[in-house]
Amino acid sequence: MSSAAVSSPAAAAPRTAHARRPSTLTVYRWELRKLVSQKRTYLGLALVVILPLFFVVFQNVHQRHDHGADNIFASQITQSGLATPVLMLLFLSVFMLPLAASLVAGDIVAAEDGNGTLKTILTRSVNRGQVFAAKTMAAMTYAAVAVFLSAGVATVAGIASWGFHSVRSFSGTVVSAPEALLLVFASNAIYLIPLLTIAGFGVLLSTATRNSAAAVVGTIGLVILLFIVAQIPGLEGIRPYLVTEQFENWHGLLRTPTDWAPIAHSAWVCALYLVPSLFAAYLIFLRRDVAGG
Amino acid sequence: MSDEAPPVRARGLVKRYDDVLAVDHIDLNVRSGDVYGFLGPNGAGKTTTLRMALGLITPTEGVVELFGRDPLRYGARALEGVAGFVEGPRFYPYLSARKNLELLAALDGDGAAGRIDEVLEVVELSPRARHRVGGYSHGMRQRLGIAAALLRRPRLLILDEPATGLDPAGMRDMRQLIRGLAGEGITVLLSSHQLPEVQDLCDRVAIVDSGRVVYEGALADLRRQGGAGYRMRTTDDGRALELARAQTGIDHAASGAHGVHFQAQERDVGELSLALAGAGVGILALTPELATLEDLFFRLTEGNGAQGSQASASGSPGEDGPGAASSAPAPEERAVEIG
Repeated sequence: MSSAAVSSPAAAAPRTAHARRPSTLTVYRWELRKLVSQKRTYLGLALVVILPLFFVVFQNVHQRHDHGADNIFASQITQSGLATPVLMLLFLSVFMLPLAASLVAGDIVAAEDGNGTLKTILTRSVNRGQVFAAKTMAAMTYAAVAVFLSAGVATVAGIASWGFHSVRSFSGTVVSAPEALLLVFASNAIYLIPLLTIAGFGVLLSTATRNSAAAVVGTIGLVILLFIVAQIPGLEGIRPYLVTEQFENWHGLLRTPTDWAPIAHSAWVCALYLVPSLFAAYLIFLRRDVAGG
Repeated sequence: MSDEAPPVRARGLVKRYDDVLAVDHIDLNVRSGDVYGFLGPNGAGKTTTLRMALGLITPTEGVVELFGRDPLRYGARALEGVAGFVEGPRFYPYLSARKNLELLAALDGDGAAGRIDEVLEVVELSPRARHRVGGYSHGMRQRLGIAAALLRRPRLLILDEPATGLDPAGMRDMRQLIRGLAGEGITVLLSSHQLPEVQDLCDRVAIVDSGRVVYEGALADLRRQGGAGYRMRTTDDGRALELARAQTGIDHAASGAHGVHFQAQERDVGELSLALAGAGVGILALTPELATLEDLFFRLTEGNGAQGSQASASGSPGEDGPGAASSAPAPEERAVEIG
């Protein structure tokens, strides 16, 4: 900070009365760039990529053909590579993908609070609502990336191992390979409905607790709790309204004809969880004291 | 909300955390062009007040306006033309300094991105701009904090302990920078523990203690109110001391290595000089000595003086009545700084 530099014009000219403020999209882009720059971001992605690869390698080494009749896609695993992403979604949708989504959603506000950077960005030219919206969108983008990255890896690895062939759906009808590929990605997109709801809950905990670990563990704890609740005798009546029960909503796409009922049910059930969660998080974020850091 | 609105105006600002009163009816008046010192011991409520000014925390009572805009009501729009940091600047450690500034410039808009090189140059971080902030020293982060503030081309700069952790050269450079910015017409609100720094830089000050303002006004007025001191060398210092002690209106007379020291009003000094002349004691030198800010700070914030010396420059022209200083009785509970 030389005295020569002090007279820099950087600080000289006053701003105009009403400068144009940045858009929420700009804040969102920077939230994504921050995620890309952090190592922890890749932990969740690594989990959902490594497991499909491990599964395919394991199947190739053991050359198993009989996977039991409990799942139609399991029995076709070596007949078509397109059965792999469906099986992977079946396995990962229960815990691993919610875990990956929670890792970022639970961290996205709390980490900034812990590092003291929340005050840094909240004293610039963006409103709190913009920051919250950008963070929520970034957390949900991450969840979507995790799902489609996992599906992409599983599809490529499956096709590379067992070819691009037709498969039979849950209804037993044969679906051509191109149509099956489309259905694989559509199923993942439908699965995003409950997963984004979990991410929304993670954002709420992240905002409310101001503690990354508590928010991540709390989000995963909720998933486990709902699974336990679903198993309690006598509570069968509430089971259709638990978020975790919506993890299988995509099965309707893989039936012939397509069963839209579970998808529509899942959409409104998840909305009942997601909207209040995000609204509560938004209010907390708007009104909170930023006293840390 | 006009341009004539003062850079900072706080009225009856209160922040309470459960049973803890962090800020107790603080009034502040920072005028355009001020280099305004905000002083107080740890836990006095300085940082909490600054956080309320920046809209980071919500006051329990009262209002603070920046250029006439309340941050709670106007949001980011209230911070137009305002920059700075509280409790040390914080950055993303996994990003380089340049990337951090790019991020902040994106959040500022208004062409801030085009000023990144310039502000890095000002704080002399250009050679290290591509290094991750996680590896930066404390002093480098302080400088990066200044750079981040300058990106916004502020009309009001709020700096909370900007020299903390800097080496002597860094502190000197920081002083030069602040002086230079003030010279360019930027109003500076400087919270600092470095009393010589404040005395050197600031023209107006507020001193807070236990969450209350115990003085607000011109630094020169405060120093005058602190009582003028004098140092005197005579042909017979022993006899001069005797006469000084005997003279009405002369206080705290004592001899020292550099002659006789005492405190008095100007008219009493005249009386003393006549008395000395009458006694045949010649005055070799008579030097007025204003109290230092440090002396006054401790008088206002320590012991009985903390509450007993509540003062203001309310008589000075342009000073708002209620904003000059709190004249309420001493708070019984000790305020602590939160966060």
